Amino acid sequence: MVEHGDIRVVHRGGSKINSRQPVVTNDSRFLLCASGERVKVFSTSTEECVHDLRGHTDLVTGVLLRPTNHLQVYSCSLDGTVRLWDFTDGILIKTFDIGYPVYAIYASPDHEGVFFIVTLTPGDKRSELFQLVAVHFPQSGDQLVEARELSAVLSDVSSNPAATGFGRGGQYIASVKGLHLVVYFFKKQKSYRFSLKEDNKKGGKNTLVCIACHPKDDCIATGHEDGKIRLWRNFNQKKEYTYTTMHWHHNAVSSLCFTPEGTNLLSGGVESVLVQWRYKQESERDFLPRLGSAITHIAVSPDGTLFCTSHSDNKIMIIQSCVQVSAVIQGLVNGESVLTDLLVDPRSKSLVLNGKPGHLQFYSLHRDKLLYNLDIVQHEYIHELGLQQFEVVSVAFDAPGNWMATVEERKPKVAEPEINLKLWAFDEQTQSFVLNTTVSAPHEARITAMCFSLAADSQTSVLVSTSADGHFKAWQLPRAACAEDEGPSWSCDFVGDYRGLAPECCCFSADGSLLAVSFQEVVTVWSPASWELLTTLSQPPKAIRDLCFGQLSCSKYLMGTTGSGLLCCWNLLTCSLEWSTSMDVSLLLSDPLTENMAAFCCGAESTDLFIFKPSEPRPLASLKAVCSGKVTHAVFSPRDEMLESCEESSQWLNRSQLYFLTQYMDLMTFTTKAEEERQAAYSKRLFIDDSVAMTPFYLLLGKHREQENQDSLSRLPDETTPLPRGSVAIKELLQTPAHVLPSTSYLCSMFIRSLLVSVTDGSEESKHAEEEMESKKEEEDSEGEMEPRTPRPEPVSPGLRPADSAPLTKAQLRELRRVKKLDYGWLTDLLLS
Amino acid sequence: MASFKPTKLQVYPKLGEKVTQDTLYWKNYKAPVQIKEFGAITSIDFSPVAPHNFAVTAFTRIHIYGPFSQEPVTTLTRFKDTAYCARFRSDGQLLVAGCEDAVVRLFDVSGKAALRMFRGHTKAVHVSDFTSDRYQIFTASDDYTCRLWDIPNATELNSYREHTDYIRCGVTSKLNRDLFITGSYDHTLKVFDARADGSVMTMDHGQPVESLLLYPSEGLLVSAGGRYVKVWDLLKGGQPLVSMKNHHKTVTSLCLSSNGQRLLSASLDRHVKVYNTTNYKVVHNFDYAASILSVALAPNDESIVVGMTNSILSIKHRKSPEESTGVSGQQRRRPSYRVFVKGKTYAPKQDDYLVSKPVKQHLAKYDIQLKTFNVSKSLDTALATWARLRKPEIMVAVIKELDRRGTLKNALAGRDEEWLARLLNFLIGNLVDPRFAPVLTPAAEMILDVYRQVVGQSPIVDRQLLRLQELLEREIDYQQDLMEVLGMLDTLFASSLPRMKVPHPAATRANGLAQREASTSRPQLKAT
Repeated sequence: MVEHGDIRVVHRGGSKINSRQPVVTNDSRFLLCASGERVKVFSTSTEECVHDLRGHTDLVTGVLLRPTNHLQVYSCSLDGTVRLWDFTDGILIKTFDIGYPVYAIYASPDHEGVFFIVTLTPGDKRSELFQLVAVHFPQSGDQLVEARELSAVLSDVSSNPAATGFGRGGQYIASVKGLHLVVYFFKKQKSYRFSLKEDNKKGGKNTLVCIACHPKDDCIATGHEDGKIRLWRNFNQKKEYTYTTMHWHHNAVSSLCFTPEGTNLLSGGVESVLVQWRYKQESERDFLPRLGSAITHIAVSPDGTLFCTSHSDNKIMIIQSCVQVSAVIQGLVNGESVLTDLLVDPRSKSLVLNGKPGHLQFYSLHRDKLLYNLDIVQHEYIHELGLQQFEVVSVAFDAPGNWMATVEERKPKVAEPEINLKLWAFDEQTQSFVLNTTVSAPHEARITAMCFSLAADSQTSVLVSTSADGHFKAWQLPRAACAEDEGPSWSCDFVGDYRGLAPECCCFSADGSLLAVSFQEVVTVWSPASWELLTTLSQPPKAIRDLCFGQLSCSKYLMGTTGSGLLCCWNLLTCSLEWSTSMDVSLLLSDPLTENMAAFCCGAESTDLFIFKPSEPRPLASLKAVCSGKVTHAVFSPRDEMLESCEESSQWLNRSQLYFLTQYMDLMTFTTKAEEERQAAYSKRLFIDDSVAMTPFYLLLGKHREQENQDSLSRLPDETTPLPRGSVAIKELLQTPAHVLPSTSYLCSMFIRSLLVSVTDGSEESKHAEEEMESKKEEEDSEGEMEPRTPRPEPVSPGLRPADSAPLTKAQLRELRRVKKLDYGWLTDLLLS
Repeated sequence: MASFKPTKLQVYPKLGEKVTQDTLYWKNYKAPVQIKEFGAITSIDFSPVAPHNFAVTAFTRIHIYGPFSQEPVTTLTRFKDTAYCARFRSDGQLLVAGCEDAVVRLFDVSGKAALRMFRGHTKAVHVSDFTSDRYQIFTASDDYTCRLWDIPNATELNSYREHTDYIRCGVTSKLNRDLFITGSYDHTLKVFDARADGSVMTMDHGQPVESLLLYPSEGLLVSAGGRYVKVWDLLKGGQPLVSMKNHHKTVTSLCLSSNGQRLLSASLDRHVKVYNTTNYKVVHNFDYAASILSVALAPNDESIVVGMTNSILSIKHRKSPEESTGVSGQQRRRPSYRVFVKGKTYAPKQDDYLVSKPVKQHLAKYDIQLKTFNVSKSLDTALATWARLRKPEIMVAVIKELDRRGTLKNALAGRDEEWLARLLNFLIGNLVDPRFAPVLTPAAEMILDVYRQVVGQSPIVDRQLLRLQELLEREIDYQQDLMEVLGMLDTLFASSLPRMKVPHPAATRANGLAQREASTSRPQLKAT
């Protein structure tokens, strides 16, 4: 996080929730998992995040329920602290300062007052040797406690938390690393070490990956890299130990777990199949296939009813007794690389990028929640290492969000790459995209860029795709449907090339009247109406890297960056270079709502950001050292509501927000201090001290009900006050649902008329009434300024009159009198009819 | 736990004509009934009254057929020479016909002998018709004249000699008893009014006129001559409206469908074309065995009758509604269906607890095998005889899927002679299909790799391989030829395109590049 006066760079959501094994609470209602620098508490039934335990300043590496108190949880972090939380209220209870980065934490009920952590072996930090250390709690009432009483238990252990485990309620601890299994018995204070040969006869790898100890029996299960599971017994002797082998997985077993009673063993791996083995009847096993992606961790709730599997695509699944997936908690999928650019769906304003293999994910930035995954490839995903899969490499949206174009690619080792261009239409009914056209092999080579015609009002949609085969193609949706039985489908309208050069980028002008395509160092400008080449622009000697038209008032400018570190701005009216400056821009993008453009310049170590307008020589804002490494993906996302920031340096953030992905796939954004404060206040408001299934719906309802209770309590004493005439009718009016009632205008006119009736009664009263009318008018006028919906019959409803009747003002008295006099006969008539 | 995603069958664009409402309508006829006549059939006319018999004029006879009989109801044989143009009166009682011997004869439809003989023409009479008042006859002849006759006393009322060549077609107005139109080999159409002494309107068709047709509203006139069919607007003084050139030989006959929405034209090129009368586009086409001289549609389009030069009369009857739908309906209904839908309409009562059954995913046979990773078996099921012959795309999709999974080689290997022969047979049939070639070519290479050792051991497989080789050599030759043609076309296009001058500002600017041709072309890609 870097300070820039007012504007700050903030980490924005999407942290991994699958890095460590999740923990299910004793009552199976909550799921705790480490997520970046926080611990998140999810509800297992509603998938909603109930609490966000903040406090650590570095990556959280382990979460563990306190063995002696099932409402408290330990978390350890690389910042060298272990913290104790009350997860039902989200309160930090204690902080233990260890002093070394903690990589994993273990505890067992047998060892009270002690927990075990994995840290670097002190002394030699280079070799990355880890050791298992026992830490004794100092008994102290302070919030912050220094716990420096360390005693080494095992040296040279794996930093992977799955590689160590307590057996039989804490009688021994077992750990695997490489080809060795070490078991340490606490009573005997003796450790046994067992080794396997590096390779067996069939060439399988024997490396141990994970471990699970039977809770009741003397048995240790180890998972191996070749997919075998070994069950070790008799390991309290050096020589006479035995093991049995079970084999189903064809790739490494990544996680093993025994159920609490020890009747079943669960295993998972890259095949994304959860396998349930019966203990002592190993030939019998159950499968839960097609869980979506590789299983990284398995956890079982203490009562054995819920299984949790965390997956490599940042997802946690909650499975009920190995049959049915009951809930899915999905975070932002951080793939190995984002092949598509970052995009914003114009309809849902969600961030769109690569998700699961073959999918696009729609991620809501405002709620930090995955909206849905769209299956682009529509193939059964084969979970096998080294298999060439279809990947979504490019996505484009048209301006109103009615059409989406995707390109998927598969590169087999021997044959030519397979490319499919798919066009998706937005379906209003299902509120998602539906496949309209598939073009197989749209180009002979890789598609380098794709863009839709930007003009929102144009009748025909045009998509332009450029390819490394030296052509760019325009795809068009014919307006009139040619056949009645099937809707219109896209077809190729034009194929263009320029001197056999390969096109790299393409860009439509804001009104859709110009298309710029860059062919290495030449920018060609075409007219999409007639597909004529209008002009060429060039700035040798290096190829164009990015192209971008100016928006709104700057639409006559075309911006381009070259590989030689030049940022050029051409004026399209004069077809000449307006200005150019020497800066190595790695990414150039324009804000669709304003004239602003953003340029990320990568320096030696860090990236700088410049915000400028093409028409002005001085940049609006420049931020140095935004993040380390190169920024390759960024996007402007329009805000829901405009910010009113008057400071010049942060004005560019008013209309839209800039998100970018760093080298390490972290999603970052820029905020101002004021905005951050507002957001913090908002989130605080959300924290409700009720821990039962916290859904937004519940929040709404619960609050309402509470209020109602209070209201009814407070209303009880004032039943003594006499109710005015016709109140039954009023009540009926108020209790009848609004949609059954006649329209307000109808009621209002009748109400007014009923007021007029009193005029005939007597001159005195009529005067009174007139006065009241006037005063009422004044009141209404003053109200009207706040909300313009004027005539309401509700102001006279006495049933809801607040109870503070003790000192009535004169005006109130007068009104009360008037209300008493009112004739509600018209209302009863109306309701009876 | 997502469900298994079945293999995606690629949907290829359908080749050939598109199925429209029109093709469905005009294809809905039974196989034709063919009747051999004595000579070329020059005219067919339907009786305007039920049961809509039709008179067929061929050589020296006129046969009157009933709507369903294949034997003539009546035969009129009292002609000395070739008869022409038999026409029914609007009440269906009388029939008039011209003759090569210049005599016009009037018959009663039930009698044999002529009731009246109209003599006066000097040459063959090719046109004869009743006027709309039913008491007069209009005839036109090769002696360039057209005449009006009175039926009761068989006298000539009027004679017009304005054409300068044979008159071979003519129509009388159905609304006005005095109006008739003739078309002649002198390329003109003339509108005559019996109350005037001569023609009131003349239109130039440009070709010898072979046939005429008036729209029921009589505002539009259609003429056929040469390869053209032209439509004239009579209300605008004979203004040409449309000219259609869809046949490649002389158009000989015209008729209108019963609702007036479709126009049919028959030609010597053996085709009958159906036009839409709103935009005059061809919507359907019938093929016949010989050159067509006459065509007629029964009322309500119940049958199409076509007479040809090889003296064959072809009658196509419309399929009855149950016939057109009955066949597929029988196939669809199975005895278990009723059991299957039993209780589907049952509405749950208030206290009922609904137990929803999970919908079972139906998978194809090859998908069931793919789901359980039985790669060889999935290939076997895809290669089953029915699928291989009817739907090669299934086999192609399975091969593609196996290739994607990286297990194609395993699936192909280890097969016996019979299986290999079947697979090679499939390849020979589909390898050069441009839709399947990208998938099948790597598969074929793989097969050759796998079975390289066994070449020469089985005569059946060897023969297949030789055929495959032959096929590929031929295909390569085709492709080379096509590339040559493409190259030639490119040169032609390049030379015919105008050289564009790209406007760019002063050449001194640093960014202005010398502009050369940017070649452009517009191929039509097929998108699925």
